[in-house]
Amino acid sequence: MTTLETIDTDIAIIGAGPAGLSAAIRLKQVAPERDVIVLEKASEIGGHTLSGAVIDPAGLDELLPGWRDRRDFAAVPVTRDRFHVLGAKTDLEIPDWLIPDIMKTPDGLIVSLGEVVRFLAREAEALGVQVFTMTAAVAPLFGDDGAVTGVLTGDLGRHRDGRPKPGFAPGVAIRARQTLIAEGARGSLARTLIDRFALDKHSDPQKYGLGLKEVWHLPSDRHAEGRVDHYLGHPLGNAAAGGGFAYHAAGNQLFLGLVVHLDYADPTLSPFEEFQAFKRHPAISPLLEGATRLSYGARAIASGGWPSIPQLAFPGGALMGCAAGFMNVARLKAVHSAMRSGRLTAEHVARALQVEGGTITLDSLRDELMSSPIGKELRRVRNVKPLWSRFGPLAGAALAGLDLWITQLAGRSLLGTLHHKGPDRASFRPVVGGRSRSYPRPDGTITFSRADSVHLANIAHDDDQPVHLRLSNPDGPLGETVPRLGAEPAVHYCPAGVYEIISSGGLPSFRINAQNCIHCKTCDIKDPLDNITWTPPEGGSGPTYTGM
Amino acid sequence: MKVLVPVKRVVDYSVRVRVKADGSGIDLNGVKMSMNPFDEIALEEAIRLREKGQVDDVTALSIGPRTVQDTLRAALAMGADKAVHIELPADTPIDSLAVAKLLDAIVREDGYSLVLLGKQAIDTDLGGTGPMLAGLLRWPQASFASELTLIDTHLRVVTETDSGLRTLELPLPAVVSADLRLNTPRYASLPNIMKARSRPITVRTPAELGVDVTPRLRQRAVSPPPARAKTAIRVESAADLVRSLRAEGALK
Repeated sequence: MTTLETIDTDIAIIGAGPAGLSAAIRLKQVAPERDVIVLEKASEIGGHTLSGAVIDPAGLDELLPGWRDRRDFAAVPVTRDRFHVLGAKTDLEIPDWLIPDIMKTPDGLIVSLGEVVRFLAREAEALGVQVFTMTAAVAPLFGDDGAVTGVLTGDLGRHRDGRPKPGFAPGVAIRARQTLIAEGARGSLARTLIDRFALDKHSDPQKYGLGLKEVWHLPSDRHAEGRVDHYLGHPLGNAAAGGGFAYHAAGNQLFLGLVVHLDYADPTLSPFEEFQAFKRHPAISPLLEGATRLSYGARAIASGGWPSIPQLAFPGGALMGCAAGFMNVARLKAVHSAMRSGRLTAEHVARALQVEGGTITLDSLRDELMSSPIGKELRRVRNVKPLWSRFGPLAGAALAGLDLWITQLAGRSLLGTLHHKGPDRASFRPVVGGRSRSYPRPDGTITFSRADSVHLANIAHDDDQPVHLRLSNPDGPLGETVPRLGAEPAVHYCPAGVYEIISSGGLPSFRINAQNCIHCKTCDIKDPLDNITWTPPEGGSGPTYTGM
Repeated sequence: MKVLVPVKRVVDYSVRVRVKADGSGIDLNGVKMSMNPFDEIALEEAIRLREKGQVDDVTALSIGPRTVQDTLRAALAMGADKAVHIELPADTPIDSLAVAKLLDAIVREDGYSLVLLGKQAIDTDLGGTGPMLAGLLRWPQASFASELTLIDTHLRVVTETDSGLRTLELPLPAVVSADLRLNTPRYASLPNIMKARSRPITVRTPAELGVDVTPRLRQRAVSPPPARAKTAIRVESAADLVRSLRAEGALK
């Protein structure tokens, strides 16, 4: 074994999303003498970034006050924002006065988050931040005292069986005084570090949703730039919490999506097919006739909110953004809080580096963030997600709305702080009497198959590399899950069709098509046995989203 | 001995390209760009020759607006010794002959003994630059190389043809275009990518080189290929399949 090449830096940031890049920019603003390295596993900045997105511009305003003059991405002010309740054929628009203000974002902007992070990366590089794409951080490095001292980057060019191929480039050790984790929801390093340092000892399990998104180009007579619609009800009904969205973005584009909360019970529920069903609803389908689908993608989001925020700091680093779980589920906004967490963490790190030698643990970071605007807005809506989980998708949503009204009028919730009962993986119920949810075949114009959709995610994945989706027990899916639940949910929940049960020689076998993976992390979250571990494949693998 | 490797910045192979609504070209907004894969193979071969001690200097060259410097940095990170950027204003169209003339001027000025380039760029798929350059220089050429050996002052090149492999011997100086099977390019390591960011890039202009790059070809329109039939049917047996293919006119 050869010794690793080492790169030394002051701060290593894992993930070039809104949180990571905000931290990098802020560090260079307040401590320009510090070396900052940002690692990104996508082949391009923004290549793995997927979000609705209507953003609260507070995050950008606070970090880069002049951003509006310098921006090179479209940012469309929201002109009309409505909630709808869908029946199978009906569309009930909720009057605006019924929506509590704490659910609203009056100055919201419709953006492609991928374009925003590309802008942030350029700002960061102009300040002297070293940003490396195609570089996956695969493991934390630990010092003799057990503190995190940096990360190991992934090897490039290994055969499926692990042997180096011609052109092989081994990973390097990035050694840093602080390692900031901004991998987004359910990051692989965050998962390791939360376990190792028991960061979630005093918090509820994190809850997640899976967001699926398509970008469409609409005929101009159906496009209303600035219009934003959110939909509850059909097609998920009482099968899962969540809802649809349709944002009329710049350039005649429609950002269309569905978020499915991952505490659903039916192992045969397919978030992808629910999304296709959403598009068939008469509230949506007329928009799409004669329109062109441009891209497709999916990504898990952290939705547990206030009760699920873990301890943020560990010896040698901290969690930021969705890796910590700052999404406001009532307002459907996460980007501004991710950016704030990056900015505030950076300020904390800069102060600590000035006064401390040796291992740094940012002990007061969590308290600081939870008493900042990030924590304040999460606290006010803290019961929304627990109510939704407890009382089911429809009644829970109504109760959550009521709780928000009371919070708004009385200044606080009457329910105290409700808690999450368990992780999403524990919510499955066996398929009753072999009845699985059935979905119609795609029509090829508005609805599509998973295979045709994944094609629009521009996936690059060298087939001949070690499989990055690891089963702790290879017999788990067919030996335990199927007998217990009557189905293997991975076959249904994976939005890229990675998991299949195929028949080989008359016997069923569980197949992993790792080359289809779009890095959404749902399998790592939802597998009932906690048997699937998502690890980063070779840097540059996965989707290459443009304009997501 | 010096080798010149021209490298072109193209839309990445993994990207599904979209034609602009007005048919004037491909929509490049926000699209991932990278080094033309065949140029990457050519560069790898040149670096291997240098590593074997048969070549002293590998220069990567790219033509276009400032953004092509990303491609040159990638070439430096892989192991090129020098980088030359022939700068054009943004959105300047350029055709194969103008590229060949610029390369001709650089080769004559800087004295290269071998030009190794990709057999074609994956954006236009024209494959004209190599042969045109060989013509302008009046140098021997080997196209579609899948194996290359440098023996003293001549090259032995195995090239791919429609009917099989052909082995050519040619004296230096020469032009060789790389095919897919010539090698597998290396990954650039993180430390090398870091170092490449601070390396100098020589910037030249067509005017300095005395080359008129006005295109002789005009692109009239770009259109996507006709959409394929969207319906798939499942057949029960081989006989059914044959019947369906006959019905579609695919079999007689």
